[in-house]
Amino acid sequence: MKKIFNKKNLFALLAVVIGYLLIFLLVEQDILSRQYRSLLVPIGINVILAVSLNLTTGFLGELTLGHAGFMAVGAYAGCLVSMSMPGLPSLLNLFIALIVGGLAAAVFGVIIGVPVLRLKGDYLAIVTLAFGEIIRSVIVNLDFTGGAAGLKNIPKYSNYTIVYIAIVITILVIVNLVKSRHGRAICSIRENRIAAESIGINVTYYKILVFVLAAFFAGVAGVLYGQNLGYLQPATFDYNKSIEILVIVVLGGMGSIKGSVISAIIVTLLPEVLRGADDYRMLIYAVVLIVMMLLNGSPRIAEWKGNIFSKLHSIKKRPVAQKGE
Amino acid sequence: MNLISQLINGLNVGSIYALIALGYTMVYGIAKMLNFAHGDVIMVGAYTVYVAINNLGWPPMVAVVFGIFVCALLGVVIEKVAYKPLRRASPLAVLITAIGVSYLLQSLSLLIFGSKQIPFQSIIHLDPIKIGALTISGEAVVTLVTTVIIMIALTLFINKTKAGKAMLAVSEDRAAAELMGVNVNRTISMTFAIGSGLATVAGVLYACSYGFIGPYMGSMAGIKAFIAAVLGGIGNVPGAMLGGILLGLIESLSKAYISSQLSDAIVFGVLILVLLIRPAGLLGKSRTEKV
Repeated sequence: MKKIFNKKNLFALLAVVIGYLLIFLLVEQDILSRQYRSLLVPIGINVILAVSLNLTTGFLGELTLGHAGFMAVGAYAGCLVSMSMPGLPSLLNLFIALIVGGLAAAVFGVIIGVPVLRLKGDYLAIVTLAFGEIIRSVIVNLDFTGGAAGLKNIPKYSNYTIVYIAIVITILVIVNLVKSRHGRAICSIRENRIAAESIGINVTYYKILVFVLAAFFAGVAGVLYGQNLGYLQPATFDYNKSIEILVIVVLGGMGSIKGSVISAIIVTLLPEVLRGADDYRMLIYAVVLIVMMLLNGSPRIAEWKGNIFSKLHSIKKRPVAQKGE
Repeated sequence: MNLISQLINGLNVGSIYALIALGYTMVYGIAKMLNFAHGDVIMVGAYTVYVAINNLGWPPMVAVVFGIFVCALLGVVIEKVAYKPLRRASPLAVLITAIGVSYLLQSLSLLIFGSKQIPFQSIIHLDPIKIGALTISGEAVVTLVTTVIIMIALTLFINKTKAGKAMLAVSEDRAAAELMGVNVNRTISMTFAIGSGLATVAGVLYACSYGFIGPYMGSMAGIKAFIAAVLGGIGNVPGAMLGGILLGLIESLSKAYISSQLSDAIVFGVLILVLLIRPAGLLGKSRTEKV
C-alpha cells in the first residue's frame, strides 16, 4: 500500500492550510471590503457545484442541464430539517442538514439517473433540463416549501470556514475517485462507451454512480447556499443557474478540477467587478463568454496562437543556439 | 363547448411553438447544434416590428416583412461570427457560445428598451368568429392560417426545390453533400436565415396573442419550442410541427383541467415519458450504433 503521507500529499495539505490562512487573514484583518467578503461563500458554493458537475460532464462526458434541480432538492431538504430542530448546537445542526440535503439530492439522482441513461447527448441534456424545471415547479406548488414566496427564517449557520472545509472534502473525494480504478472506468466510458462495455465495464453502474455523487455534492452546495442567505426562493434554481454552472465547467476546461475552481472564482467575481459599469455588466459578460469560447475552440485561432507561441519560443531559444555554436 | 375553446387555444399556442421549433429543428438537422439563441431571435423580431410600426410609422405588413428580413440577416451574422469558427470544436463549446449569444441579445435589448414589458397593440384586425356559443379570436384564426400556410410552403420548399434538397442532403451527410457539389456554407446560412425569419413571424404572433413584448419573452417560449422540437424528434421538420401542436394542446388542456401552475411540469413530464419510450422523439429515426 502506498504511503498516505508522501511528498505530494503533504504539499497539497500545506497548500490547503495556506489557502485557508490567506482567506482567514484577508477577512479578519478587514483587508477585503464588505462586498467581497460577502462573495466568499457564493464563490465556494459555485466551486462545489462546478467540481461536481465536472464529474458528470468532464469525466463521464454526459451533458446535463439540471444541476440546479439537485441543488434545489438538497437546499430545501437540508434547510427544512435544519429548521425542524432548533434546539441542537449549530455545528451539529448544520452537519445533519448537509448530510440530509446531500442524501435527498442523491436519491433524486438515482430517480432521475436510472430512466434517463437510455438517452444520449443532446437528448439527455434536454431531459435533465426538463427534470430541473419539474423540480422547481413542484417546489413552487408545495405548501411546506413556502411556495413561490420561498422558505424564510432558515438558520444561518454556514460561513466561509465551513464552505472551505466542504470544498476540500468535495475535491478530495472527486480527485481520488477520478484517479482510482473507478475513475479510469468512468473516463473510458467517455472515450468510447462501446469499447468500455466490451472490456467488461458496467456502464450503467458507473453512470448512476457518477450521477448520484454529483447530485450529492450539488445538494450539499444547496444547503450551504440556503444557510448562508437565510432564505430560499424557487426562482433561484431555474435553468439559468444550471447553465451558469455549466459555463463555469466549460470555461475552466472539461475534466480539469483546477480549471473548475479557478473559473468558478472568476465567473462569480466577474459580475461584481463589473458592477461599476452596471448597465453594461451582462453585455460584457456575454461578450467575454463568446470571445473566450471562440479563442478556446476555433481551430484557426488555435493555429494562430500556436504560431505566436512558437515564435516566442524561437526568440527565446536563439541566443542559446548561438552559444552552442 | 369549453373543451373546444381550450382545444383552439391550444392549437393557437401550439402553432406558435411549432413555428419556433422549426427554427430549432432545421438548424439542428444541418449544423448539429442546439441553437440556444433562437428564442432571443424571436424577441428581436418582435421588437423590430414594434419599432417599425410605432416609431417609424410603417404599415404593419411592411413592418413584418422588414422584421423577417432583419432577423434573417441577424441569424446569418450570428452563424458566421459565433458558430462557424467552432464548426470543428466540441458540441459543448458551440452550446456555450450559443448561450453567450442569447445573453448578448437579451442584454442589448435591456439596454435599448429597458427591462419593462412594453404593451404590444395587436396588428391583427379581424373580428372574432362566432359559431354558436363558441368564439374564436381573430388572433387565433390568423395564427392558425399563417402557420398552416408556412408549413405547407416549407414542406414544398424542402422537398421540391434544389436549395431545399441541398438542405436535406447536408443534414444527411455533410461531407458527401459537399462532394456532390452542394455549397455547404451557403446552405447553412440559408437555414439560419429561414429559421430566424420564421422566428420573427412567431414573435409577432406571440406578441399579438399575449399583448406585450419584453427582453425575456423569448427565453421561456424558446425553451418550450425546443422541448417541442425534441418531442417530435429533433432534426425532423414534420416532427417539429407535430411536437409544437401537441405541446400547445397539452399545455392548454392541463392549464384548464389540472392546474395552471403545474402545467409546465406536466409538459416537461410528457416530454420525459415520450423520450423514455421513443428515445429519438415521436418521428425521429433511432440509429443503431455500429461498432
